[in-house]
Parts: sequence; structure tokens; C-alpha cells
Amino acid sequence: MSVIALDQKAKVARPVKETAEARALRETSPGQWFPYAAPQTQERDTRENAFSFRGISRKFGDKTVLDNIDLDVPAGQFIAVIGKSGCGKSTLLRLLTGLDKPTSGTLTVNKGTEGENRTRIMFQEPRLLPWAKIAKNVEVGLTGIAKGKEAREKSLAILDEVGLADRAEEWPSVLSGGQRQRVALARALVAHPYILALDEPLGALDALTRIEMQHLLESIWQQQAFTAVLVTHDVAEAVALADRVIVIDHGRIALDLDIPLERPRRHGSPELARLEGKILDTLFGGTD
Amino acid sequence: MKSTGQSILRNGTGWLLPALIVLTWEIATRTGLISPNVMAAPSAVAEAFWRLLLSGELVRNIGVSTARALSGFVIGGSIGLIFGLANGLSGLSRNLTDTTLQMVRNIPHLALIPLVILWFGIDEEAKLFLVALGVFFPIYVNTLLGIQSVDPQLVEMGRVYGMSRTTLFFRVILPGALPAIFVGLRYALGIMWLTLIVAETIAASSGLGYMAMQAREFLLIDVVVLSILIYALLGKLADSFARLLERLTLQWHPAFQTA
Repeated sequence: MSVIALDQKAKVARPVKETAEARALRETSPGQWFPYAAPQTQERDTRENAFSFRGISRKFGDKTVLDNIDLDVPAGQFIAVIGKSGCGKSTLLRLLTGLDKPTSGTLTVNKGTEGENRTRIMFQEPRLLPWAKIAKNVEVGLTGIAKGKEAREKSLAILDEVGLADRAEEWPSVLSGGQRQRVALARALVAHPYILALDEPLGALDALTRIEMQHLLESIWQQQAFTAVLVTHDVAEAVALADRVIVIDHGRIALDLDIPLERPRRHGSPELARLEGKILDTLFGGTD
Repeated sequence: MKSTGQSILRNGTGWLLPALIVLTWEIATRTGLISPNVMAAPSAVAEAFWRLLLSGELVRNIGVSTARALSGFVIGGSIGLIFGLANGLSGLSRNLTDTTLQMVRNIPHLALIPLVILWFGIDEEAKLFLVALGVFFPIYVNTLLGIQSVDPQLVEMGRVYGMSRTTLFFRVILPGALPAIFVGLRYALGIMWLTLIVAETIAASSGLGYMAMQAREFLLIDVVVLSILIYALLGKLADSFARLLERLTLQWHPAFQTA
């Protein structure tokens, strides 16, 4: 039941074509993209958003890693967060997933539809349990949600979706790096997360496997309609996958850019290249 | 046909040298090259084995020694495991006990034999105490090491996926520590036999060590050699058992996967 409910929500939240009002709205309030919300008030109902950061700061001792971040992400959006290493993008993800607490500010994470109020994180490393078979590793994603036969059926179904149904009874050590990361993706998705946080999950893969994984990630996101937050250092990957790209520099949001391109997107198209250039300019202080 | 022949040859080569040694040994004692009161001939040892087996003495002594070894092992091993787990999981427990345990560890446990005889006499308790003490440290140290070396990234993953403390322990921490615990187990089995031999040789009224000492009194050199061989065999048996256990529980480990 709840899956359908989430689907509907996502359909509304994820525009394919931008209306004139939405465009006007977006240009007057950067970072807010609500094509359906005509009368826009200052105090927004956060339940429309998958999550929102309000004046979030995170300090480690004297060092300010995140500085007064305001960010609203509508449900179902695919958002990419880019920045140089040490800019605080991973901290942002750790705050979102509850692995870390902000020093100040409020973080609202939408409960989502019943049974789906789960934020899952996918790490740069697969982090599979080497002593558990592939299917058992996926079942870790159902801890406290499903057990026994039900858990097994669900994990086999999701393994089928990532194309590893025939490897369910193997040990992680015999899989390739890309396959292990696909198992990690299956583990993150098996409980139908409302928000999926991805911490450079494709960073350690070779170029060809990475493109394959990007396609897989995009198609599963389109099917399951979760909110995706992808932290990456690969600008091309960000513009190829995301609806919206956030650039973080010195703990602040330096750029909030929508990528209103139709899917599937072709790698190396001039439009992608132009957006990519704009992001790189922000990162390296180019003239614009 | 060729391949089976080759495999027999390959497995057989390891036994070639021992067979040659036994043969040379037999010939040397038969021809008087080695005096019979220095070393018994292999055939004499086999004879002694058969004699003691028939009288039931051998089985009884092996039984007594094995029972001592295993009960001491179970007592010392479980205490070591409990302390290792507690100190690996809780910083408070580690701060409280680790320094003391490390100090005690540096006393050779066999140095306590005079004291132990004063405390317990030459009864069963003395041997149990020594075996337990000897077995405790390898298990403790390796369990602690195993738990401390569990990948913190996996523990974080478990937490993110909402594992309770118990689930986290049984699904992530214990399996991660198991290879190190097995290293401790195999060390402990070696120390178990060593301690028992020494304890039984010095103070006992039954068991393999006692049998060997009795034989020495009556100059039965064949029985002495037999006792030594049986110790070697029991040690090997314990090690093989630990290996089997390792093979069964660590199937996931690349080192134990059959290609």
C-alpha cells in the first residue's frame, strides 16, 4: 500500500517539464523548486520536503565545517552535493543519516509514508559482512523490519533487480568490486527507504563499471521513487544523474543549480557540458 | 589412473622420511649400535603398546589425562573468553582488569608448581589449576585482540541499519573476532598438553605422565618412549580438531575456501 502512496507523491514532486510559474518561482527563490506550489509563503510546510536544514552548523573544535546551511529537498528529488575534499559534504550526509548531530540549527526529516520513513546510507566501501552470504547481507537491510522467509524473499527480489539473483548463495569475497557495491545498493534499497544517502558510492569503481552503476542507480530511482542525496566529487556524474546540484564551499552553499534536462541523459551532450562548466567555475573561482 | 598414482605419491612423500627414520632406528637397536637402555627399538615400543592396551592400563591412563586436560581447558578457556569479550567490549572493564592480567601473564605458570603443590597437594585440583591458568592467557589475549581489530566501518554499518547491541555482537563483532580467537585456541591446546605433562610428571598418581615416571623407576624404556609418542599423537589430534572447527566456522574466509 505504502509503496503506491510514495509513488504518487514522487510523481508530483518530480517534474519532467517545468511550468512558467515554477520557473518564475525557482528564479526568485533559489534552491526551492515547487512546480505545483503556486502560492508560496515564507514559512513552508516541511512535510512537502523529504528533509530540510534550517541554519545548520557543525563545528569540530574551532573548525567550522558547515556554516549556517539552509536547504530544502522536495520528496523524490535526486540531489547531488559537490565540493572539494574537506568542504563538509560528507558531514552533511552524516547529519542527515543521524550519524552525527549538528552544533546548532534544526534538521527536519520527513517521516514519509508509514513504513517507509527510513533513511539509508550507502558508503564509499561496500561494507558487506564477509561472513554472511550475499542474500544474508542484503537481509541486514531489513533488521527490525522483516525476518525469516519474508526477509529472504524480499532480499532475493531486490538482488534480482540489481542483476545478482544468481549470486545469492555466494560469499562476498568472490565478487568483483562493482558487484559488491551492487549488493550494498540492494541492502540499502531492500527496506524501501524514503531517503537514500549516497556517500561517493561509485568513487572506488573503474570508469566503465561506474557508468553501468550510474544507469542502474538512475533506473532504480525512477522505479522506487525515493529521495536521493548523492555526495560526489565527480561533476560529470552529478549533472548526469541529479535533478539539482548543490556546490558546497567553505561550509556554505556556493551554488544551487537545477538540471532541468530530460532523462535518459546522454553522456557528453553540450547541455551537460555547459552545466558542468558552470559548476567547475564555481568550484575554482572562474570568471562568470 | 595416472592422476591417482600421482596423488598417492604426493601424499606419500611426507611419510617417507619418518618411515626411513623408524627403519634406521630399528636396525640400529637390533644390531646393538644403540644400547637398549638408551633407546627402545620401535618393535619393543609396539610390543609395550600392545601389552599395556591388553592390561587396560594404557586406556585408563589416557582417559585420566584427557579428562584432566579437557576440564582444565574448559575452565581456563571460558574464563579467558569471558574476560577477553568483556575487555574488548567495555572500556571500563578493560581499564579495571587489563593491567593486572598483563602482569600475571608475565609469570611463567609452571613456576607456580611448588606453590600449587603446597596449596592443593598432588590432587586433581593442582593439575586443573595449572592447565586452566596456562590456557587462560592465549585465549584472553587473542579474544581481546580479535574484538579490537573488528572493522569499525562494519560496526558503523550495523548501527546505521538499526542493529541492537546483541544483534551487533552476534552478527558483526563475534564473527569478526573469530579468526583471532581460533589462533588463541590452537595456542591454548598446545599449552594444555605441555602443562599437563609437566604437572603429571612432577606430582601425580595416575595419568600418562605418571605412567612414564613409573616406567622410568623400573627402567622400562619402551614404556617411556611409548608415553612420549602418545603425547605427540594427542597433541596432533587436538590441533587437527581445532583446524576442523576452524574450517567449518570460517568458510567465508578466503584462506579457507577450496578453489
